[in-house]
Amino acid sequence: MAAFRGASAKVFGLKDNKSALPYLLLIPGLLWLAIFFIVPIFSLGQMSTKVPGADIGEFVQEYRFSNYIDAFNSSKEQFLRSFLYGLLATIIALAIAYPLAYAIAFKSGKWKNILLVLVVAPFFVSFLLRTIAWKQILGEEGPVVSVLRTLNIISVNTSITSSAFAVVTGLAYNFLPFMTLPLYASLERIDPRTLEAAGDLYANGFTTFRKVTLPLSMPGVVAGTLLTFIPAAGDYINATILGSPSNKMLGNVIEARFFKIVDYPAAAALSFTLMAAILILITIYTKRTGTEELV
Amino acid sequence: MAVDASTSARGDLILKNLTKSYGDFSAVDDLSLVVPKGSFFALLGPSGCGKTTTLRMVAGLEEPTSGSIFVGETDITDMKPYRRPVNTVFQNYALFPHLTIFENIAFGLRRRGITEAEVKTAVDKVLNLIELPQLATRKPNQLSGGQQQRIAVARAIVNRPALLLLDEPLGALDLKLRRQMQIELKWIQTEIGITFVHVTHDQEEAMTMADTIAVMNKGKIEQMGTPEELYDSPKTAFVANFLGQSNLIPGEVSGSDGDNLIVDLFGTKVAVPKARSSARGNSALVGVRPEKFRIAAEGKSTHGNVLTGGVVSDVSYIGVSTQYQVEMPWGKEVMVFEQNDDEEEMLRKGAKVVLSWEPIFTFALDGSENVSAGSH
Amino acid sequence: MKNLTKWLSKNLIRIYAFFAFTYLFIPVLYTFVFSFNDSRKTNLIWKGFTLDKWKNPCGAPDICSALGNSFVIGFTATAISTVLGTLIAFALGRYRFKGRSATNLLIFLPMATPEIVLGASLLTMFVNLGINTSILTAIIAHVMFCISFVVVTVKARVASLDPRLEQAAMDLYANEWQTFRRVTLPLVAPGIAAAALLAFSLSFDDFIITNFTAGTVNTFPRFVYVSAGRGIPAQANVIGSAMFFLALFIVVAAQIVSSRRKAKI
Repeated sequence: MAAFRGASAKVFGLKDNKSALPYLLLIPGLLWLAIFFIVPIFSLGQMSTKVPGADIGEFVQEYRFSNYIDAFNSSKEQFLRSFLYGLLATIIALAIAYPLAYAIAFKSGKWKNILLVLVVAPFFVSFLLRTIAWKQILGEEGPVVSVLRTLNIISVNTSITSSAFAVVTGLAYNFLPFMTLPLYASLERIDPRTLEAAGDLYANGFTTFRKVTLPLSMPGVVAGTLLTFIPAAGDYINATILGSPSNKMLGNVIEARFFKIVDYPAAAALSFTLMAAILILITIYTKRTGTEELV
Repeated sequence: MAVDASTSARGDLILKNLTKSYGDFSAVDDLSLVVPKGSFFALLGPSGCGKTTTLRMVAGLEEPTSGSIFVGETDITDMKPYRRPVNTVFQNYALFPHLTIFENIAFGLRRRGITEAEVKTAVDKVLNLIELPQLATRKPNQLSGGQQQRIAVARAIVNRPALLLLDEPLGALDLKLRRQMQIELKWIQTEIGITFVHVTHDQEEAMTMADTIAVMNKGKIEQMGTPEELYDSPKTAFVANFLGQSNLIPGEVSGSDGDNLIVDLFGTKVAVPKARSSARGNSALVGVRPEKFRIAAEGKSTHGNVLTGGVVSDVSYIGVSTQYQVEMPWGKEVMVFEQNDDEEEMLRKGAKVVLSWEPIFTFALDGSENVSAGSH
Repeated sequence: MKNLTKWLSKNLIRIYAFFAFTYLFIPVLYTFVFSFNDSRKTNLIWKGFTLDKWKNPCGAPDICSALGNSFVIGFTATAISTVLGTLIAFALGRYRFKGRSATNLLIFLPMATPEIVLGASLLTMFVNLGINTSILTAIIAHVMFCISFVVVTVKARVASLDPRLEQAAMDLYANEWQTFRRVTLPLVAPGIAAAALLAFSLSFDDFIITNFTAGTVNTFPRFVYVSAGRGIPAQANVIGSAMFFLALFIVVAAQIVSSRRKAKI
């Protein structure tokens, strides 16, 4: 095994280095992450067990862990909704992005680079503007609803926006590039000859996909679903713009606790729970799909 | 090409007027060919000659523009690749990186719904045949190039196809390993008796392994035959130059003497066996392989065909032989390989020499052939 | 009929891709079209074509000061995060050292944390330390979440570099610094440029973290979000469309330059 490791080190050009150079390269960036990512997470943890003090905006540490239970109980519904919407959005995004990435990787010929640019291009228009554009396209005065109503496909009282459907598709839309690019990257790495080999060995199109293409693109599927699910589950913009009050997600609750109610401990407890829940899910997911190094 | 009932009944591979065009360009141009069942057949040619396209059409990975493909009496032209009784050893092997060696080899068997016990027996048997049973649980990237090559062959032959296609199977291996694998592949082919169709640009590889070689150029077959036939009696300058090296000297047919043609080469008359001439008119290209020449200092006794007045312009000693470039009186150079098997002294640069050779080692091409076609 | 089904089954995935692209571009097209709307305050209903908004993109109150802040934050955060992230990428892509996997984890975690948690935790820390949130704290936050994306992008490029090129440079009398400066850096440069572009677009487009860390500083996404309630002025569409074409221009120009270079080689 040791010999094998040596060989792989040679291939990837990794140098064993006893000098301080790699650490010098790491220090500035990692210090930044330590101070502005790790320390704040600890602050958040501390805040989550505090109780309100005498003045508004003042909190005293009393290690009240029941904050977690209270916060969770008061927003169970939004919590579950965040995960449900995130999951649905991820599935929709995967269903849209996989064939798209496949087409770009294997069927685009000389157009490949241009199509890749086109996948990222919508990303350059502020995502708020695009989300608001959806709201107006699908909204009460928009073209879609009026056409569907004239054709009697939906009734006068039915709207598309202000619904779970609008929030979930909005989430799927917004994070589509995050799904498409990792999928493309892993599909593009597949040697097309292995797919031909599967066909040669009596696998039809569907079996080739199931037995060869899909397993080989798993790293992309894992990366893409994570990059979509994580921001989708924590998002509150889509719920605010495209949803109704009954579509509020956990992000809406945290935001309101911070800025409207100024209940920092409850907001911190909810943030912490959200982060922990997502990290646990990721760990289970990556273990089960057998993907170790994600970065 | 006539296809009689006996060839089709035996399960030969038959290509009829096969054409593959991309716009105005024909990669494969009206190709007809019969590969007898059980033979080791090589398609030899430079890159871009259409040999790989031909192979891919047989495998079903490329759709012919026109023409048809038969295995025995079955027309497989429009069959999906996964329905053809054909398996391929891909260039760079195309082993499935996510599957173990066992699963790679079992892939085709499982697709055909063979029972688990039979799969196990068949895979074990083929792993023993290629002498790598200990690798069953490894992944492809843990194997050396030569091992991967053998696994690729095993993965294909385990399915007992009517036809095994090999696309430059040894291209990624180093010279020594390639030599060893050439012998091994030939042995496997004899052992299992499947028809092998082998695509390569390496003439030595083709000659070592194949019973029959088809030399391809610009989408057409230039000449087909056993390695000996192609080497001793090439019919075109392309074949003469691509398969080994040839000295091609332009001359005029001036008469005939029994079984020989007499050809005038810049004033010197030489004899060429009629059976080995494909000259149609009076002008001919006389061909002599470099190793057939005898080289001697001027004034020594000679016999057979003789060319005088040469001057050694370059000498390279390469162990088994010495290679001479000799400038001839008509201003062109010829190549001579002299085996280092006698005590004669090596000739120096500038030495005046006389070349001679036995008439039976001469071939003649039509004078309209391009002297440098197919040169390396 | 048979030909049609054959054509369909052959091109099914291309047709699918076409619809996916249409879906991606509908809101972009909508935003662009409505930048020409002759609207007053709200930009909901088509009132007629005008170029006025393109002639005077700052016509809506506060929009250009918000845009200016977004540029300041975007450029500063991009510059800092690109430098810091590139250094880490070189360490990870080039060297084997103790603490490698811990470093990988520290790079991965900010990407695995929802933006709202990142924003909330930074705000909590700033509140605890009594620091007033301002444009400075916003920049600090943006650098933090951009670093990981820079590392991932540049590291891929560094890892794909053939180490023999550096060995060849050393063989040709270049010392370590010259090798880096003359061989490694130029080869990794496209990756660094891509990372910088990514960092800028992430920063420029960010709303959630900015909302927590920028205090009262207005940015372009904040401007859009706040005006969403009472109707977005068409000038926002102008700026959104302009940013789209600017970014597209940069990416396409970079592609053309790199393919020309390849053609020359």
